[in-house]
Amino acid sequence: MASHEAHIREPLILGQKDYHQVTEDITYPIAGKANKYWWMAFTASFITMCWGVGCLAYTVGTGIGVWGSNKTVGWAWDITNFVWWIGIGHAGTLISAVLLLFRQKWRMSINRSAEAMTIFAVICAALFPVFHMGRVWLAYWVLPLPNQFGSLWVNFNSPLLWDVFAISTYFTVSLVFWYLGLVPDFATVRDKFARMGKPFQQKIYNILSFGWSGNARAWHRFEELSLVLAGLSTPLVLSVHTIVSMDFATSVIPGWHTTIFPPYFVAGAIFSGFAMVLTLMLIARKTLNLEDYITVNHVESMNKIIILTGSIVGVAYLTELFISWYSGVEYEQYAFLNRASGPYWWAYWSMMTCNVITPQLFWIKKIRRNFTATFIISIFVNIGMWFERFVIIVTSLHRDYLPSSWTMFHPTFIDIGIFVGTLGIFFTLFLLFCRTFPVIAMAELKSILKSSGNKYKK
Amino acid sequence: MSKKIIYGLFDDEEILLKSAKDMVSKGVRIKDVFSPFPIHGIDPVIGIPRTRLAIGSFVYGATGLSLAWLMMAYMLIWDWPMDIGGKPSQFFYMNLPAFIPVSFETTVFFAAHGMALTYLIVNRLYPGQQPYNPDNRTTDDKFMVQINLEDNKKSAEEIKSMLSATGAVEITEKES
Repeated sequence: MASHEAHIREPLILGQKDYHQVTEDITYPIAGKANKYWWMAFTASFITMCWGVGCLAYTVGTGIGVWGSNKTVGWAWDITNFVWWIGIGHAGTLISAVLLLFRQKWRMSINRSAEAMTIFAVICAALFPVFHMGRVWLAYWVLPLPNQFGSLWVNFNSPLLWDVFAISTYFTVSLVFWYLGLVPDFATVRDKFARMGKPFQQKIYNILSFGWSGNARAWHRFEELSLVLAGLSTPLVLSVHTIVSMDFATSVIPGWHTTIFPPYFVAGAIFSGFAMVLTLMLIARKTLNLEDYITVNHVESMNKIIILTGSIVGVAYLTELFISWYSGVEYEQYAFLNRASGPYWWAYWSMMTCNVITPQLFWIKKIRRNFTATFIISIFVNIGMWFERFVIIVTSLHRDYLPSSWTMFHPTFIDIGIFVGTLGIFFTLFLLFCRTFPVIAMAELKSILKSSGNKYKK
Repeated sequence: MSKKIIYGLFDDEEILLKSAKDMVSKGVRIKDVFSPFPIHGIDPVIGIPRTRLAIGSFVYGATGLSLAWLMMAYMLIWDWPMDIGGKPSQFFYMNLPAFIPVSFETTVFFAAHGMALTYLIVNRLYPGQQPYNPDNRTTDDKFMVQINLEDNKKSAEEIKSMLSATGAVEITEKES
């Protein structure tokens, strides 16, 4: 078979894979039994999730006074965690939408699981503002409902309301994009179970596949749908973190009201999202035997995006410092001096080390093509991006205009429990996804097999 | 009247595409093609017109934008103008900058969901729908053309010999 692509491009799918082998490899975890590592991971995540749910229940029962937030630091871990999770979600949409528009073939091995990660991360993120409301059963008050419910109309001038619209649109559109891409792959799983003679599983996957038959008209519409949804999701993903950043940027708090926030937050979101994708994918490729599909080339491509977005974030940090000095506003100058040398210096410098210095190591080709190094750096970036949000939120608030109200923030047991609990929710959902859903977009991968598969690149 | 359907199974999408082009040029009408992934270039060959889903999406988006503006104008300008931070709320256009984010999100919401629902409806996809791909290997690694005999002037034998000459590995005939 003649090759369809330049020979100098390295293959994206290793091994001697034909169409049937792709189906077999990707459906293997669904059709087979879970190994003991999966059960260990699942048990640990599930227990953590239950712990988090317990802490949330305690918060609702007692009130949000059980958190460490106080009068001065009114927003603390809850909003930190919210922004952190929302940011992590951004990589999935970026991989599936933006890279689709750019026709990047390497996205096809990772887009499914990255989108799943988006959905689960947004679920974790949404918990925080909802529970910060205190009376969660009144959460529907954020919707534009008439004032018989006890409030006036919602305020469309407020970035917090923009957030409601942005995140609900983002969540539902990502979910639909992800699910409609899954439909043909569920059909593949369904027909595999039919060939294996398992009618029960066949029935379940038929319901999930919406009765997909894979005829030419359906595929034609499928491709149009994917393209237009990608076109819609691209500005959407940029708008979501822009709006999240406006929660801060439209305020008058020194350290928050900077015009650089929207691009800086978007770059940071993609940066942290790719780090989380790498963390998960490097584990998944080992445990699900996907070494031939998620290769060193995929990892290198993601690492290049990490260098780019990490550098944007680094430049943003320096710009913030410069502008605070150049502005001549003493409150602004103090806010940044306090960040770097005040009582939270350790958080600031953890952020700087993890986000600005470590990703620069990826300029070295040996490091960005090394799985262990990538895994370690991805963890550093995850930690660093959490600290970034903590620094922005807590250090800007804890010393406000009135020195008599200056204070420190101390997380309580419940704060920690809820944050760890969301990690439990995230990993529980992701592990269930790995066992029941096709983790790689089979249909899409088959369509690039001839141009990028090792077997055909001769 | 009984309907005769001929199915030709192929191992490779490029062979199928060549075969389909060949048969269509000889006047055979192909009813449909089943494949595990989209075969690029098959649509004009078997006569599938370009879908209007994207136009639909635009219309849904425009609807979303209009509804968003109507909602915000009603709630914040007409029904209960609120003076928030001294921002003008007497006229819609004066408050428009603050309305942009919600306008954008609502537009995307309507465009994406409207299009997705339309897609499900026109493809007749819903939970509980029964699949009609004639061979369950077509979602794995096989490609199949479906030719309805009643659409064609040629006999079943002629079509079958054309299929096997152009590379079909299995040819089956079904009456329904």
